[in-house]
Amino acid sequence: MMKSVRIRVFRYNPAHDASARYDEFEVEAERWTTVLDALLYIKAHKDHSIALRYSCRMASCGSCGMVINGIPRLACYTKIYELDSDVITCKPLTNFPIIRDLATDFSAFFAKHKSMKPYIINDAVDRVDGREFLQKPEEVEKYLQFSYCIKCGLCYAACPTVATDKRFPGPQALAQMYRYLIDSRDSATDERLGIVDDRHGVWRCHFAGSCSMVCPKGVDPALGIQLLRAYLLGIGRDNKIVAELYSKEPPK
Amino acid sequence: MKENREGIKGWLNPTRYGANRFAYWLQRLTGLGLLVYFIAHVIETSNIVYGRSAWEKMLAFTQTSEGHIVLIVVIGMCAFHAANGVRLYIAEHGKGIGRPGRPEYPYKPASLGLGMKACIWVSVALAALAMMYGAYVLFGEV
Repeated sequence: MMKSVRIRVFRYNPAHDASARYDEFEVEAERWTTVLDALLYIKAHKDHSIALRYSCRMASCGSCGMVINGIPRLACYTKIYELDSDVITCKPLTNFPIIRDLATDFSAFFAKHKSMKPYIINDAVDRVDGREFLQKPEEVEKYLQFSYCIKCGLCYAACPTVATDKRFPGPQALAQMYRYLIDSRDSATDERLGIVDDRHGVWRCHFAGSCSMVCPKGVDPALGIQLLRAYLLGIGRDNKIVAELYSKEPPK
Repeated sequence: MKENREGIKGWLNPTRYGANRFAYWLQRLTGLGLLVYFIAHVIETSNIVYGRSAWEKMLAFTQTSEGHIVLIVVIGMCAFHAANGVRLYIAEHGKGIGRPGRPEYPYKPASLGLGMKACIWVSVALAALAMMYGAYVLFGEV
C-alpha cells in the first residue's frame, strides 16, 4: 500500500544564503521506503542540488544522520511508515556546523574522539611477535557493546550538554574512553582517567539519557559514561587485571 | 559554516527523548526554582535589619493563600530534586543501570531500563505526596 507524504527539506548554503528555508516535495512511499530512499528519489527526480551525506544504506557507515521529525536518526534506518506522519521534516544534525543543507561538519566530533586516544596503549604491544593477549570471554563482554559504535553522531546531536558546552567531549567520545579503559589489554588507566577527570569532562554529563535513546546500534553511551564515572570514584578498579601476552610460541 | 548548536533551547523540550530526559528537565527546573527561593529567602530574612514591622510584613505574606501556594511548590521542588538526586547519585556509582552486554535488536538501552524509570516516577510521586501533605498542613490551619 502506498501513501503520499510531504518531505520538508532544510536548505541552507552558508556561502550564499542569508537564512535557512524549507523546500517541500511530495513523495509516494511504500511500507519499506526509508527517509533516505525518499531523499534520493527527490535528488534524482525533483531537485538534484540537495546536499546530503550517505554511503552504505544499511546503518553500518553512520553517514546519513539527520534530525527527522525532531529526533536525530539515520535516514537509511528510518522507515517513513514508522514515523506515522504525513509530513516529514529533515534537518541537519544539531550541534554540528552546517556545511550545506543536510550535510554537517564532523571535524570537532572526530577531534574529540581522537583526544580520547581510541586505541590500545600497552608497552607489551611492541613485543607481540605474532603472539596474542589472553582475554577471558567475560573481559570481552565488558567493552564489546561500546565497540559497536559507528560514529554517526546521533548521540552528540541529542545531548543537551553538548548543546551548551563546547569543551564537553560528548557521549560518543566518553563511551569510547570507557571502551578502551576497561579493555584488559590496555594499561594506560591513569593517563586515560586524567583526560576525562575534568569539570568539562565526564562530570559534566547529567544523565539525560538522550544519547542512548537515539543510538541506532544499541551502544548505550549513557551506560558507558556512568560506568566511567563509577570507575573514577574507585568502583570496580580492583577488577581490572591487565592481560598478559600468550607465552607459548605460535604454531609453525 | 553555521554553528548550529542547539543551546539552551535544547534543554527546554522535555518530551522528545523519554523519561530520563523528562527527569533531566525537571531536575534543572526544580534546581533553578530552589535557587530563586533560596535568594528570596535570604532577602526575606534580611528584612529583620529594617526593624520588626518590616520583618512581620514579609512574614505575613507566607500566611496568605498565595504564600501557601508558593511554599507548596517549594516543598514539591525540594522533594523531587532530593529523590531524583539520590537516583543520579546511585547511577553515577554504576548501580541500577544494568551491565554491558551484546546488543540485540531491537536495542533497549540497559541504562534506561525499568529500574531507572521506576525511580523517576517514584520521585514524581514523592513530590506529589509531599505537596499534598504540605497543602493539608498549610490550608488546614485556615
